[in-house]
Amino acid sequence: MPGIEDLYREIILDHYRTPRNRGELQPPAISSEGHNPLCGDDIRIFLDVADGVVRDVKFSGQGCSISQSSTSMMTVAIKGKTVDEVQAFVRRFKHMMTLADNDEPVDESINLGDIEALQGVVKFPVRIKCATLGWNTLLEALTEATK
Amino acid sequence: MTSAHRDFDSMAIRRDFPILSTQINGKPLVYLDSANTSQKPNIVIDTMSEFMRKTYAPINRSAYTLAANATELYEGARNAVAKFINANSSQEIVFTKNATEALNLLVNSWGRANLKTGDAVLLTHMEHHANIVPWQMLQQERGIELRWVPLTSDYQLDLTSLETLLTGVKVFSFTSMSNVLGTINPVEKLCAAAHAAGAIAIVDACQSVPHTHTDVRVLGADFVTFSSHKMCGPSGLGVLWGRKELLEAMPPFLGGGNMISDVRLDGFTCAELPAKFEAGTPAIAEVVGLGAAVNYLNDFGMTSIRQHEIAISGYVIEKFADRFGDDITIHGPRNPELRGATFSFAFRGIHPHDLSQVLDQSNVCVRAGHHCAKPLMKIIGANATARASFYLYNTTADVDALADALDSASDIF
Repeated sequence: MPGIEDLYREIILDHYRTPRNRGELQPPAISSEGHNPLCGDDIRIFLDVADGVVRDVKFSGQGCSISQSSTSMMTVAIKGKTVDEVQAFVRRFKHMMTLADNDEPVDESINLGDIEALQGVVKFPVRIKCATLGWNTLLEALTEATK
Repeated sequence: MTSAHRDFDSMAIRRDFPILSTQINGKPLVYLDSANTSQKPNIVIDTMSEFMRKTYAPINRSAYTLAANATELYEGARNAVAKFINANSSQEIVFTKNATEALNLLVNSWGRANLKTGDAVLLTHMEHHANIVPWQMLQQERGIELRWVPLTSDYQLDLTSLETLLTGVKVFSFTSMSNVLGTINPVEKLCAAAHAAGAIAIVDACQSVPHTHTDVRVLGADFVTFSSHKMCGPSGLGVLWGRKELLEAMPPFLGGGNMISDVRLDGFTCAELPAKFEAGTPAIAEVVGLGAAVNYLNDFGMTSIRQHEIAISGYVIEKFADRFGDDITIHGPRNPELRGATFSFAFRGIHPHDLSQVLDQSNVCVRAGHHCAKPLMKIIGANATARASFYLYNTTADVDALADALDSASDIF
């Protein structure tokens, strides 16, 4: 059995205890809501996209340490990136979570930084949904923002 | 009901369940998820295995001896289930895929035949999704009105406005025991109130039939649904009991083989009960297994099982209070007599998903989540809870193991 320390790495607990970019953005920023049907968690992502660049991002909602810290780290990583860069970044993350779509190329040279700490989640397959909740919600918000 | 002839000896009972002596990573299993699904005693495993080795054959269809023997065992199990809940006749016992399907059968068959636009259905705030969503599906199609019995602050149904809520209602469908709160509802009283208002009463008894003595005639219900897998039987099997005259008046649910007495190019005629509601090949070995589970529970008598669980509940409440005080919140009644041994709780602000993950390090198996009762979760103000549920094979040592494991969760978060 994988050890619990593989899951609850210090950087993950740090983002859980002190989430970054928690809050809301007012319209015209757009928002998307995601649910984890397994545990009832929900997350809302607020996205301010202008000229193809993510100017600001915030999140709200309730969730476990994995979903909250994963979303917190995600917001730090994507702020200031172009929409294309963010999409490639999400693909890289989902590839690490063993959820890559085979049809879409993954740029393995993308450095996930602190987010690499979430790799341990793969050893706890039930929790992969927790780790990806914020990311899938982000993709929905991006689609909305670039309509 | 068969009279009990086995003493309630916890250690002997534990030996009946082989999974309880398996170890994961060299540590014993502490199984506290029986409200979700129960473990299986040797007698159920062996009966199903023997049946498949020696007697398995189609039922109700063939003249050969093997098929006749299989049919006898299958129908014998139906008789055992009928006696277990004191049904008037085994014709009133319908086997379904699970309890969820039994409720869907009622909504689709009885509901479609009897409810029209504007008709009202009364549910409660403590229902499982299985007793909400099928009604909402009918509501979308037919515009029926759904009403709800609210909760009191001490996790009981608030019955102060029951009479008003029941006015004009055609059916009152409610749980006998909350799978989240553990609250045991006053089923007899609710059935009587429904009837006084001219409504029929449907009881989702999934959480009570495995744990307490159930006499459908005393309850006064019109329909009762429950599942095999929560009462030591196999999964893939649910039970619908209904009053014969109501079942006879209802149109069939699923169409196909077994449920007909005649099929012509211009139509069909339904079979007699209960075949009318058992289209297709049923879960044959599972039904035989459920028969063995019923006999196993009867060996102790449901009254002793209930007494054991009251004692366990008392111990849980005391242990939690002594050890954790205000750090733990039980979402449910504090009086063991008013509840089943199913405890949803919040602990030191740790998310239930994280809590169950840490408990798993000690092989303590608890459910974390919304327990398929999202409207109720919203009302009690929690997205999710951890839930420990106990059965006849659990002991106070399991409660101690849970408390120890909870302490270790505090070390991480």
